Amino acid sequence: MSGAFLEVRNLYKSYGGIAATDHVDLDVRQSELHAIIGPNGAGKTTLISQLSGEIDPDGGTIRFDGRDMTRTPAYKRSLLGLARSFQITSLMLDMTVLENVALAVQAHAGHSFRFWRAARKDPALTEPAMAALAAVGLQDRANDVAQAMSHGEHRQLEIAMALATKPVLLLLDEPMAGMGVEESKRMVEILRSLKGEKTMLLIEHDMDAVFALADRISVLVYGRVIATGTPEEIRGDEAVRRAYLGDEVA
Amino acid sequence: MTSLIRTGLPAYVMVAGLAFLALLPLLAEWVDNIFLIDLFMRLMILSIAAVGLNLILGYGGMVSFGHAAYLVIGAYAVGIPAYYDIYDGFLQFAIAIFASAAVALVTGAIALRTKGVYFIMITMAFAQMVYFTFVSIEEYGADDGLTINMRSEFAGLLDIEDNFTLYYFVLVSLIAVLGLVYRIVHSRFGMVISGAKGNERRMQAVGFPTYRYRLVCYVISGAICGYAGALLGNFTNFITPEMGDWVHSGELIFMVVLGGAGSLFGPVLGTAVFILLEEYLSRLTQYWHFPFGAMLILVVIFTRGGINGMFRWLGMKSGIGGRS
Repeated sequence: MSGAFLEVRNLYKSYGGIAATDHVDLDVRQSELHAIIGPNGAGKTTLISQLSGEIDPDGGTIRFDGRDMTRTPAYKRSLLGLARSFQITSLMLDMTVLENVALAVQAHAGHSFRFWRAARKDPALTEPAMAALAAVGLQDRANDVAQAMSHGEHRQLEIAMALATKPVLLLLDEPMAGMGVEESKRMVEILRSLKGEKTMLLIEHDMDAVFALADRISVLVYGRVIATGTPEEIRGDEAVRRAYLGDEVA
Repeated sequence: MTSLIRTGLPAYVMVAGLAFLALLPLLAEWVDNIFLIDLFMRLMILSIAAVGLNLILGYGGMVSFGHAAYLVIGAYAVGIPAYYDIYDGFLQFAIAIFASAAVALVTGAIALRTKGVYFIMITMAFAQMVYFTFVSIEEYGADDGLTINMRSEFAGLLDIEDNFTLYYFVLVSLIAVLGLVYRIVHSRFGMVISGAKGNERRMQAVGFPTYRYRLVCYVISGAICGYAGALLGNFTNFITPEMGDWVHSGELIFMVVLGGAGSLFGPVLGTAVFILLEEYLSRLTQYWHFPFGAMLILVVIFTRGGINGMFRWLGMKSGIGGRS
């Protein structure tokens, strides 16, 4: 037992003989921000989807807070304190911003077999939802329909929904994907404000953001972790340079 | 007016509509056309079924192509006890509701493991099973149907043998079901249902076991249609398995889509247009299906959101169905 908060051992997933996740070992320590980088097609999203419970691994184990949850369904992992944001924005687009977040709160406020009282005006749902929106700076957009927002705001809403579930571990799948410079800066600030408070596993292509935020970095290439270490160590790692960073860092 | 936009109906339209339905029997007597009462009774009973279907189709995004089956189950829940000279309405309606709910629970548990076209096909297949089950029971008339000699009795509280009384019983039922659906779709449960329609994967990631909620919604929807079926059995006094044929399931979907799926009053509007057009077009020409079909296609193509959407398109800001 390494005592890691999230402990992945020998995780394996293949699609038609091609290993998308190739015997991955990964340790995420409590309250660190652990980034996973790797070229396109390295299997980053496949990995995170196994951690969140959307895809079943073919082999290996996932332990979270000491508990084996390799086969735990997605909704139960969420209830255990694990939240994910999606690379491709995944929202209830025809609902308002507040409704989206209030649903996330509601999911963790006991069962929802409550048929009578109006949910939209229930302060037990709307107040925590507004707090989560405030944490990402979206409180002014609360009553807008999600569809009407910009891409960057969608990404912020993704984070707000994840936060509203009061997670202990955040799985962030490319939160800066497709963002402009200003929006990215803002997202970096949001993530920085969460550092130390939440344990985070961050998948990201934006190297500036990763090296500015991460406590430790793992490099995934062809489904395999080729290196794990501090940003400094990763920068200096020969294998990583060759496989991935070469042209960017040199 | 925010809350009224949520109910989907401007207050004056709602009040006018209800007042019209409430006064219709008097109107029918006045113009000396008792047939109108029957016409509007059928319209309201099918509205209840459409409102029930809308709960899963409009709000939940689950296109059930088998909801006429619950109408038949409800109708036979009145017919079969009546066959044994049991006319207790409380019992008959309880059987209608619970038998429909039970069938919905079993078939829904299987059907909801599928999505999209598969869900449509499997709900239709189950409905055909119900249909053929009643066709095969010789004792209850098989496909010749079953005559109900006496309508349900409610311990002397209510005599629906009288068409006027039955009419108001149906009207009150419609209002009650609308009220029930309104509460459900605005409750926490309703939020989960519409969230799962919008993005089921996200709902699971955020911590909802969506399957369970959808199944319960499906059961409630089936139970409402079963209740409508019990009313239908009382209304027609003669029931056949044919009422559960897939064609009628399709008609229910039409009514919902025509009026505006996912709005509270849309299904009532759609049913009204459907029944009235069917009635009056069929008097004009025996080929009434043709203009009727053409009209349905036009509504679907040009007005997303059914007749409601059309009102909105014509500039009535809140539409008659509104958003939710």
